[in-house]
Amino acid sequence: MAVAGLALLIFVFLVYESWPLLSKVEISRFFNDAGWHPTEQEFNLLPMIVGTLLTAIGALIIAAPLSIASAIFCQFYAPPIIAKLYTSIIELLSGIPSVVFGLWGLVVLVPIVASWEGPGTSLLAGILVLSIMILPTGALLAGTALGKIPSSWREGAAALGLSRWAMVKSIALPTAKSGLLNALILQTGRAIGETMAVLMVCGNIVAIPDSLFAPVRTLSANIALEMAYAMGDHRAALYVSGLVLLSLVAALLMFSRPMREVSYRV
Amino acid sequence: MRQPVIWLCEKLGLTLAISAGLVACGGDDNAQRLQITGSSTIAPLLVELAKSYEQEHPNTRIDVQTGGSARGIADSRQGLADIGMVSRDLKSQEQDLIAHPLARDGIAMILHKNNSVSELTEQQIVSIYTGETKSWSELGPGDGMISVVSKAEGRSTLELFLSYFKLKSSDIKAHSIIGDNEQAIKTVLANPRAIAYVSIGTAEYSVEQGVSIRLLANETVEASTENVANRSFPLSRTLNLVTLNKPTGLAADFIAFAQSPAAYPLIERQYFVPL
Repeated sequence: MAVAGLALLIFVFLVYESWPLLSKVEISRFFNDAGWHPTEQEFNLLPMIVGTLLTAIGALIIAAPLSIASAIFCQFYAPPIIAKLYTSIIELLSGIPSVVFGLWGLVVLVPIVASWEGPGTSLLAGILVLSIMILPTGALLAGTALGKIPSSWREGAAALGLSRWAMVKSIALPTAKSGLLNALILQTGRAIGETMAVLMVCGNIVAIPDSLFAPVRTLSANIALEMAYAMGDHRAALYVSGLVLLSLVAALLMFSRPMREVSYRV
Repeated sequence: MRQPVIWLCEKLGLTLAISAGLVACGGDDNAQRLQITGSSTIAPLLVELAKSYEQEHPNTRIDVQTGGSARGIADSRQGLADIGMVSRDLKSQEQDLIAHPLARDGIAMILHKNNSVSELTEQQIVSIYTGETKSWSELGPGDGMISVVSKAEGRSTLELFLSYFKLKSSDIKAHSIIGDNEQAIKTVLANPRAIAYVSIGTAEYSVEQGVSIRLLANETVEASTENVANRSFPLSRTLNLVTLNKPTGLAADFIAFAQSPAAYPLIERQYFVPL
């Protein structure tokens, strides 16, 4: 209850702080101004919304299959000792601070991307770093979902002579569907909100990228980059960025709810 | 990561002011107050200076507010502030105010050590940053596309860069926009074809630490904190405190503290150059 109240308070706070600007300029200007130059009264957020979505979706495309595959390996294929070791490594990976991922991305990944096509700090670098960052969240949550399947079902499948893969494909995955979907949604939420690592490897140019090698700026990076020295309308515009970011995550959670609410029929 | 703290201080500023007012009404009439407003470039430094001054003089309250150099001028003129912060030299029509130089701020263009370009004229820098010059081969021995690194809006280094080269922030066509100086240096390290500008203090420190970057001279003047301090390096400015009259009492004492060697470590921590 208190947590829910806090979330609501944060929303109210964002609206309150962005109100000076929201009440002054038309909402449409946040989508069709000539660019993002808040000190010159131009507030186009659209390229950053696109940037946020592209990095998050890109990361999900890479991370989702890998994290489900890793959970399947852990739950159904790996011997118990290896599964345990593997899980602790994944847990460790999930605990690495994002700024460390960012630093690694900037020093190792960006030069590699730059050697394919300049300038290196790009959408692709952001997607790669993000996918590694959200992989552990997804793998652990997917593992939990698959682990909930009653062992009697697994034993029953084995008794019927089903191969392990057939059991995974026709029993485990369909049963754990909503849990797996939950894992993906939480992963996506993390990807949308991630700031430091993305800030360091994406180049932060405000423009809709025309290729994977073009730089992008996400909404969260926009706030982190400019908030420290922003004043007046510029500051309010950054709160609008925050408001849009929060709305994106809220929309994601809301639209995915019906799909996630299928419960286990045991 | 000092800036978010200042931002938080601003948020809490009103509450603090009210509670300080209550305390003052409650009988603590001895507390002396000092109001400082102006440039957001200088404010983070002044917040630090005020904190350390208040520690030594428990009976003082120093309130620092931002609003740009113009506000610093206006407020100190009208007596709304005891001291104004102005991140440039005073103009001819502002000579009614007295300037107390606090520090200097300078920026240097940096390249990767392996970049073979040895010098750039101001015109070449402008043409790189406005996207007219795209390749190092147009400038001499190097090759490959230039990766232009610029700062996020609101940063003082960007402001100084723009005003010195007479550009608008929308004129700049960058490939990478970063936040603080350290990040600019890391970006240049990761990409030998990049060019960036950073505070000279940070760049010098990195070079001393053996980081593979090179500071470009401005025409003939070498980029160094020494040349920023002695005003010979052009891409620099003075950070001033201004007062309407000759300061007395607390204001005079605080300005003396801010200009004393005791303040140097705080000034250097903000990447400015003490005088």
